[in-house]
Amino acid sequence: MKEKEKNKMEIRFKALSINESFARASVAGFCLQINPTLDELTDIKTAVSEAVTNSVVHAYSGSVPGDIVISVTLYESSVRIEVKDFGIGIENFSLAKQPFYTSKPDQERSGIGFTVMESFMDSLELENNSEGGLKVTLYKKIKDNEQKAKKLG
Amino acid sequence: MEIKYRNYNNVLYVKLVGELDENTAKYTSKTLDDVFLSTISKQIIIDLSEMGFMDSTGIGVLIGRYKKMKNKGVSIFISNPSYHAEKIFKMTGLYEIMPKIS
Repeated sequence: MKEKEKNKMEIRFKALSINESFARASVAGFCLQINPTLDELTDIKTAVSEAVTNSVVHAYSGSVPGDIVISVTLYESSVRIEVKDFGIGIENFSLAKQPFYTSKPDQERSGIGFTVMESFMDSLELENNSEGGLKVTLYKKIKDNEQKAKKLG
Repeated sequence: MEIKYRNYNNVLYVKLVGELDENTAKYTSKTLDDVFLSTISKQIIIDLSEMGFMDSTGIGVLIGRYKKMKNKGVSIFISNPSYHAEKIFKMTGLYEIMPKIS
């Protein structure tokens, strides 16, 4: 059954690292409407930060930074976040997702961005946009208030 | 990111105050290198109690510092990580090279 859409928003900003804290704080602030726990909120902030970092570091590598677009859709008890850039995309998804793989081994990079996204969210999907660039779709269930109340009780 | 440090009983205590991500990684790495290389302590403790946020970029920063210090016979330890930082540390096996101490 498809969940009913409650609300949505979109932000667009330049792929600069200084925008990372803005991006994760904006998404987290919007998600407050569906009452996540602090842990769930930090999971979301971390996953968004990973996706944005990838676009900042890899998408426009060696060229002028283009844009990143984040779209967030809130459902009754879940959130879907799309992080899109218009850069070089990813050639080999399974290689990119391998823990500790990095395409920039000369830099101090851990290569676990996708691993963190997968473990902090309920699902992760990667696709290259038809217009060029990468689209990362993150999905997370937010336990509803009723369940939370029961848990506390 | 603000980096505070002090030497006490031959141990260098370093505290990271702020958010560690791509935007602060370079400054953090550079400052930690300067502080680490200026100490004669053979033990360094990195206190994360006031680090408000960290993503996997932080792992790159920490492992990079470990690689620079290990040949100098210096051990680095982690203290007071947040729940989420610890999740990333366990995922990467960071504690095998920088053990957690309380």
